[in-house]
Amino acid sequence: MYDKGKVIVGLVVFLGFATFPFYNNIGKKSAVPEPILKTPVIDRMLVKKCIEPKEVMRGEHMQILDDWRDLVVREGERKKMTVGGVEIDTSLQKGCLHCHSNKKKFCDACHNYLSVKPYCWDCHFDPKERDV
Amino acid sequence: MSMQRRDFLKLLGVSTLVGGTGGGALFNVLKPGAVEASSGAGFKSTSGKTWAMVVDTGKFTPDQYRKCIKACHREHNVPDFGNPKDEIKWIWTDDFEHSFPGAGHEFMDEELETLPFVLMCNHCEKPACVRVCPTQATFKRASDGIVVMDPHRCIGCRFCMAACPFGARSFNWRDPRKGGFPMVNGKPVIPNPEYPTRTKGVVEKCTFCPERLAVGKEPACVEATEGSGALVFGNLEDKRSEVRRILAHNYTIQRKPELGTNPRVFYVIGG
Repeated sequence: MYDKGKVIVGLVVFLGFATFPFYNNIGKKSAVPEPILKTPVIDRMLVKKCIEPKEVMRGEHMQILDDWRDLVVREGERKKMTVGGVEIDTSLQKGCLHCHSNKKKFCDACHNYLSVKPYCWDCHFDPKERDV
Repeated sequence: MSMQRRDFLKLLGVSTLVGGTGGGALFNVLKPGAVEASSGAGFKSTSGKTWAMVVDTGKFTPDQYRKCIKACHREHNVPDFGNPKDEIKWIWTDDFEHSFPGAGHEFMDEELETLPFVLMCNHCEKPACVRVCPTQATFKRASDGIVVMDPHRCIGCRFCMAACPFGARSFNWRDPRKGGFPMVNGKPVIPNPEYPTRTKGVVEKCTFCPERLAVGKEPACVEATEGSGALVFGNLEDKRSEVRRILAHNYTIQRKPELGTNPRVFYVIGG
């Protein structure tokens, strides 16, 4: 084998670079997203709760939004519901974002962490943040 | 073995009758009423309401045309790219000849000939756009007969635009948020923050404002001309409604009635 020394040194250097992100982060915790639940409307709530328990919302909010969309757009059923003393619409903008009026620190916090890009925001937006 | 043409046709006829699936399907399509059923003919609402609009062009002031178009386009965040190629319109005006082709003639009343007519989606009884939509993104709402768009489902095929004989549909060639609204600090200013915008690649049109009807309000254009009687909105199934009264006592026409879509927007002629 020609240039044995150079090849082996080169390989070691390459492996060192390629695996750097792994051994650099061993034992460290990455920054877990913390969606902020402090907004004016939530602060006024007597009982701080969402339409479903936290775990359900975390896992199923996309399905709930999908069901709402069919109910409102296709069935024309625009029901109002009361959550913790706050009346909201069956709506992303007038429902979810009525309380969670901090899209950047609530929705985006997790979506960015998980690198999901929901296309809700191509059309919808937070009326208060006007984040378009 | 050779077969005479006559024998071949006989065999074909018999095998169709005996019940090849193809033959069966053919008979189903040809059943009386099958074509009409697929087009929603003889629409009957489930709530006893069929919304309709009466446009009385004689009652419009020049200012009101602009006002009602602006009210609608502001309410629904309809973008303006400032270029006819990318134009998005829900409600607009045109002259008699282009609104009612074939209904005029060379000696007709000059005033009528030059008057602008307010045009919008006709919310037809038998909407051609609904028949062609492959995803049912546009559909006729069973409860009140309005023709609604569900932009979530629209795949942008534009069949509906080809099917609609009234030019009521516009396609978003560009992202409305990039150039459709005035920009301040690099961000588009959305006229109505309560209503979403659309996205590139979907079709949009007048919807008769279901979000307003749900809270007991009239469509935005009607509200903008309130008190003048230029636009009257109401229930076609209620014999005592204002629209039925106007239709019963005035000469009214629809756009392109010969096409059989049966528009639900009526125009008073010579009020």
